[in-house]
Amino acid sequence: MEHSLLRSLEHLLGRDAVLSRPEDLLLYEYDGSVEVARPHCVVFPQSTAHAVKIVELANRFKTPIVGRGAGTGLSGGALARQGGIIVSFARMNRILDIDVENQRAVVQPGVVNSDLSAAVAHAGLHFAPDPSSQKACTIGGNVSENAGGPHTLAYGVTTNHILGLELVLPTGEVIRTGGKTLDPPGYDLCGLLVGSEGTLALVTEITVRLTRLPEAVKTLLAIYDRVDDATETVVEITARGITPAACEMLDGWTLRAVEAWVHAGFPLDSAAVLLIEVDGLRESAEEQAVAVTEVCRQHGAREVRVARDEKERELLWKGRKNAFGAVGRLSPTYYVQDGVIPRTKLPQTLREIDRIGKANGFEIGNIFHAGDGNLHPIILFDARDEKQFQRAVSTADQIIKFCIEMGGTITGEHGVGMEKDRLMPLLFSEADLALMRGVRDAFNPDALLNPAKIFPTGKGCGEVRIRPLVQQGAAPA
Amino acid sequence: MSSPANVMPSRLADIVGATNAVTDPRHLEAYEVDGKRPTAAVRPGTANEVAELVKLAVAENLAVIPCGARTKLGIGMTPSRYDLAIDMTRLDRVISYDPGDLTLSVESGISVSKLAAALAEHNQFLPLEVPFYDRATIGGALSSGVDSPLRQLYGTPRDFVLGMEFVTGEGALAKSGGRVVKNVSGYDLHKLFLGAIGSLGVITRVNLRTFPLPQRSATVLAAFRWANGAFEFNRAIQKSLLRPQAVEILSPAASAILNASQRGKPIFAGHDSAWWVAVGVAGNDSVIARCERELSAMAQIADRDSLESFELLKNDSQSRIWSAICELPAAILRASPQAAIFRVSCLPKNFAGLCEGSDGIANKFSLRIVQAFRGIGVACVALLPAEENLGAMPQLKQACAAMLDTSANWWKTSATIPWCPLEFKREINIWGAGRPDFSLMQKVKQAFDPRGIFAPGRFVGGL
Repeated sequence: MEHSLLRSLEHLLGRDAVLSRPEDLLLYEYDGSVEVARPHCVVFPQSTAHAVKIVELANRFKTPIVGRGAGTGLSGGALARQGGIIVSFARMNRILDIDVENQRAVVQPGVVNSDLSAAVAHAGLHFAPDPSSQKACTIGGNVSENAGGPHTLAYGVTTNHILGLELVLPTGEVIRTGGKTLDPPGYDLCGLLVGSEGTLALVTEITVRLTRLPEAVKTLLAIYDRVDDATETVVEITARGITPAACEMLDGWTLRAVEAWVHAGFPLDSAAVLLIEVDGLRESAEEQAVAVTEVCRQHGAREVRVARDEKERELLWKGRKNAFGAVGRLSPTYYVQDGVIPRTKLPQTLREIDRIGKANGFEIGNIFHAGDGNLHPIILFDARDEKQFQRAVSTADQIIKFCIEMGGTITGEHGVGMEKDRLMPLLFSEADLALMRGVRDAFNPDALLNPAKIFPTGKGCGEVRIRPLVQQGAAPA
Repeated sequence: MSSPANVMPSRLADIVGATNAVTDPRHLEAYEVDGKRPTAAVRPGTANEVAELVKLAVAENLAVIPCGARTKLGIGMTPSRYDLAIDMTRLDRVISYDPGDLTLSVESGISVSKLAAALAEHNQFLPLEVPFYDRATIGGALSSGVDSPLRQLYGTPRDFVLGMEFVTGEGALAKSGGRVVKNVSGYDLHKLFLGAIGSLGVITRVNLRTFPLPQRSATVLAAFRWANGAFEFNRAIQKSLLRPQAVEILSPAASAILNASQRGKPIFAGHDSAWWVAVGVAGNDSVIARCERELSAMAQIADRDSLESFELLKNDSQSRIWSAICELPAAILRASPQAAIFRVSCLPKNFAGLCEGSDGIANKFSLRIVQAFRGIGVACVALLPAEENLGAMPQLKQACAAMLDTSANWWKTSATIPWCPLEFKREINIWGAGRPDFSLMQKVKQAFDPRGIFAPGRFVGGL
């Protein structure tokens, strides 16, 4: 059976577009999370017609299908949890249309996020969602996970920039929803599909909104001796009605790890830094930079540096965007959470994370999107020590529970996937989940697409299914 | 099954209290939708009461239409059945408002203007300058899919609704999203409710992000002799680095109707046959000064011979302009209750084509036409019977069909008719051309409302 599925796939796509040897599959057992799952095979369609045929074969062989972009996801969304076919969109990577005047682009799902921005930069445009993995991650993956990034504070997450999709349903039907024009009549299916983590349809074409690049950008680094001062600065910036383009925080532990590798110029003796960017018209960016500096100083920043040129700015961002690579140098295994809290609760939440860490015997690093309250606590653990691993997961759960108590949520941008499905009941009632399952089943009745994701499998919260990897190092957004 | 008229009064009163269950036919006239009168209307006070009402409706097979202040209930096709109106206006509380977080959670029956006043105390606002502003509720504004000129900068509810609680067609109280500004937990079911005119369920609560009021705002008013001057000006604005809050282009007939709708002096004065462009800008003094400078240059370059006047308003008269613009559909309906008002999604580069094409249709059928374009790509086109010929309904109906047809086949736009004479709905599908994704919409409807009790027949494709 399996052999004949492989033969059919090879016949359809060519032998170089089907991987099935164990050594070839190894890479596809992983994504950026701590999950592992082995697919039966990986295929590389080059067209929507290919995707349709693959879906038809999967139906015939009753084999699950999991769409995959670059595999940089952080919740196991692109892993074949129940085996089956991974459909990699790596070879559907063409930009099909760039409409400068109307600020739209139409792309295949395998287009790399930063490649699209590079392709439209000449017209003063960019694709605004900027996950930290943007040099590798694909727009198809961004759509599936509703990816965020540092600059989503001002510009919105992926869903705010997607206007149309071409979908391949589990039945093999090809359906278009939305397009270049705004407000198509009917239900906002684009809004439903973006962030559905590959559980409703395969996405084979994407119409995106392009955003004008700002005239002026000011990047500030505020340096603190106390974590509380940094978090209170963030609260005050929001309260004053200043919306920076980005507002990131690195605590002392994290910035030392980063500095040792990236040499971004972060001061080694500080307790925390805020990396704040303001943009817009020259006149507006100037003024915001002054206002932000004032708030930082009032809240005990010992120094506020302004990047003098693009090179300095890039270096600061390199420090931020490569932070998880830097952490990977310290410990082969770490667990990153993605909880969100209301921004006013930042100071007490950071104190609580510290307390939870100490109570469980971990030092927890924090590097996160402070401006929108999206935390990424990092727990280092030794994968060889099963007990320690269990304790790391339980520590992370305690943090997430605190986020929920604060009025927050379990994931801000990484997705639920197979990592946080067991946490969903903490946030959603049985009625909420039943309705979401109902919608999933309406699109994907036989769970052919990305099975066993998002929804709790009913095994209870106590059971931990994740397994530590030997090595990992993808960078969260 | 017992007839609704027999069962309902006491059962409804059990749930919401006798004073909140309306069954007197005289009082039910106010709840009519397209001339159909329900058997009862109820005013629940809690989300749980809404759920109980829906369960009762399911058990008794009653068709339900949820409503707020009933300002936009005419949007949609005529319901095939209609037994029970669920009036949400008693659910009008602010559940939580955290100015420091710029987030808000409200019951769906709260009025948009009342909410705006509460936010203004904290120098914040919601970018929802919707028609019927003084009366409209949040739930109604979101469900009806009306938009705001401010979408140019702030987007639509799709971009700032963070989560919702609602009652499904099976009477389950459910929710999606959350109350924080960033969240990818579970499906974004709340987005499906936007513009769905109550066909998926009853919204009971809405979580929103709020926005800080800008330091200062100003409005540029430019008058152009020809439509093309106005369109070129818009293209230059959309291409520029300026980030205006709103850009609105008004045909001579549109500005005349807005002038007529005002008590006191006209807003758009001195150039009767001009195409007016209103641009809202915000920021500090130097940003506004720069916007004035650059917009002035753009207006002249756009079509030098076309520009008739250019001025920047900084005082309170601005808010009068924007209120008038947001009320354009209401003003058109006051000018001619028989008007057919289209909403056309159209890329800015196709504005001129849409303008000429719709002018052609109006001429052919001897109708008056009103056109207004939001610079970002949405147009309001209204066809009105000529003043001397109010009996011209057959022509108006033919013109509506021609508009829908041309928009789908020629202009590559999607057009709907939110407002039109009731009798047209027997022959014209106000939702326009069939949608390629309709089969998926049916699946969504089935998941939320398997028995089809909500607003049956009113939405796209009869959903």
